[in-house]
Amino acid sequence: MIRAESLNKVFKIKDNSVDAVKDVNLNISNGEIFGIIGLSGAGKSTLVRLLNRLEEPSSGTIIIDGDNITSMNKVDLRNARKEIGMIFQHFNLLSSRTVAGNIAFPMEISNFDKKQIDNRIDELLDLVGLKDKKYAYPAQLSGGQKQRVAIARALANNPKILLCDEATSALDPKTTNSILNLLKDIRKNLGITIVLITHQMEVIREICDRVAIMENGSIIEEGRVEEVFSNPKTDIAKNFVFGIKPDLKSRMVFPKTPNSVVIKISYVGESSQKPVVSRLIKEYDIDVNIVSGDIDQLMSTSVGHLVIQMLGDDDNIAKAIDALKEQNISTEVIWNG
Amino acid sequence: MANFLSLDLLIPALLETLIMVFLSTLVSVILGLPLGVLLLLTERGGIWEKPKINSVLGTIVNILRSFPFLILMIAIIPFTRLIVGTTTGTAAIIVPLSISAFPFVARVVESSLREVSSGLIEAAQSMGANTMQIITKVLIPEALPSIISGITLTIINLIGYSAMAGAIGAGGLGDLAMRYGYYRYELKIMILSVVVIILLVQIIQVIGNKISISINNKRK
Repeated sequence: MIRAESLNKVFKIKDNSVDAVKDVNLNISNGEIFGIIGLSGAGKSTLVRLLNRLEEPSSGTIIIDGDNITSMNKVDLRNARKEIGMIFQHFNLLSSRTVAGNIAFPMEISNFDKKQIDNRIDELLDLVGLKDKKYAYPAQLSGGQKQRVAIARALANNPKILLCDEATSALDPKTTNSILNLLKDIRKNLGITIVLITHQMEVIREICDRVAIMENGSIIEEGRVEEVFSNPKTDIAKNFVFGIKPDLKSRMVFPKTPNSVVIKISYVGESSQKPVVSRLIKEYDIDVNIVSGDIDQLMSTSVGHLVIQMLGDDDNIAKAIDALKEQNISTEVIWNG
Repeated sequence: MANFLSLDLLIPALLETLIMVFLSTLVSVILGLPLGVLLLLTERGGIWEKPKINSVLGTIVNILRSFPFLILMIAIIPFTRLIVGTTTGTAAIIVPLSISAFPFVARVVESSLREVSSGLIEAAQSMGANTMQIITKVLIPEALPSIISGITLTIINLIGYSAMAGAIGAGGLGDLAMRYGYYRYELKIMILSVVVIILLVQIIQVIGNKISISINNKRK
């Protein structure tokens, strides 16, 4: 459905040039929800804008549904864009138009007749569950409602693809979930292909089939979500997987006992089902005090975080930490008394 | 009472002022609105980036705006004759009034449009809108309250300038104040003319604000 080959984008700022997107290859299938995650500045926003050429690629090819987007002239590109819906972090609704007027916008551009537009508006409002807001102005809506209108607008022309640029980043967690559920329904009912970029791990976990992790303009890991998450290879991937819960460090309380070490251990997949802690106690003759912990379900795998205080012989503690590392468990020393 | 207020003098003068101001506002909006749009679109990073055209247009606008109105009025007399066939009277004053006001309108429009979030333009582009559709369906409707405030300012400026129109025999309230009040020492007529001008400015400002605010309120 969407294929990108050796896509590059270089921004020239005075004498400096910045590689915002470096040699990116993508292959996204029909009906797939494909997520691109990365920290801010990783180039994910530029990447998604390259797909409909809101940013002109410096080099590379984009093929959407068999059409070469990169070689199109302006007129063809405008027509191609009518088949690619897009939603944004800040919704980008016209304040001068009502909800109905905003949804009508792309259809006016595509020269639909008045009757068609009216029927389609009602259909779409029904789809996004905002029938009663038809004549409201965007300023009267909540963030979640605005994004629903934006989704209705993006779907008005029956696009085959929906691009989501940080579509839930400005929303609270509850609203984020409702928007993600809506996107899931839309994929299920309309069979649309969705490409979304986000910095929120939850978004990837909730709805994506495949994920690409971006850093410094390149895709550094890619695969099915549960694969990438159960066995993150790169540091940045590990950070995303382990960082799924807010850092516990700031609100942790533990007795600052001399000769003890407090570590945070994080593990995914199999390790989370093994009796890791009791083995430490038995095999290394140390005492373990659990400070905080949780296990989180991520797709079909689980991610555990545990903060423990280890008391005992220094050598034994060091050996215990090594043993954890050998089991592919990430450890971070938080306090060393 | 009617006699005391010299309505026989004031009303025709008021009508002349209204005609001058209305027509020159119309012409300056017709010229200034597209020019303002063009100034925004052609600037560096604009959606129709043409830096050379932009700097030429910008320079013309700046030069026209630098002229003191009185000098402009006299300097373009040949041009005025070319356009309206005469250099005196109400029709003739519309040319210099429009020429002094349209660059101002252009700048007002340019700065109003600049306030429209680039995200909206991007969203319209992502839906396949062309430049004309972006102008008519996004930029102008979104900036309308601010454009209307700017046009209100323009009208008030034009009322002030039209008062100088007496210098080329164009009539109007300013002319009345000059001829009766200044040259003939009829203080009463001068005061009355000035009061009418003040009322006119007041009324136009209030109407302009009302329209601009009511559009904004509807959108809230």
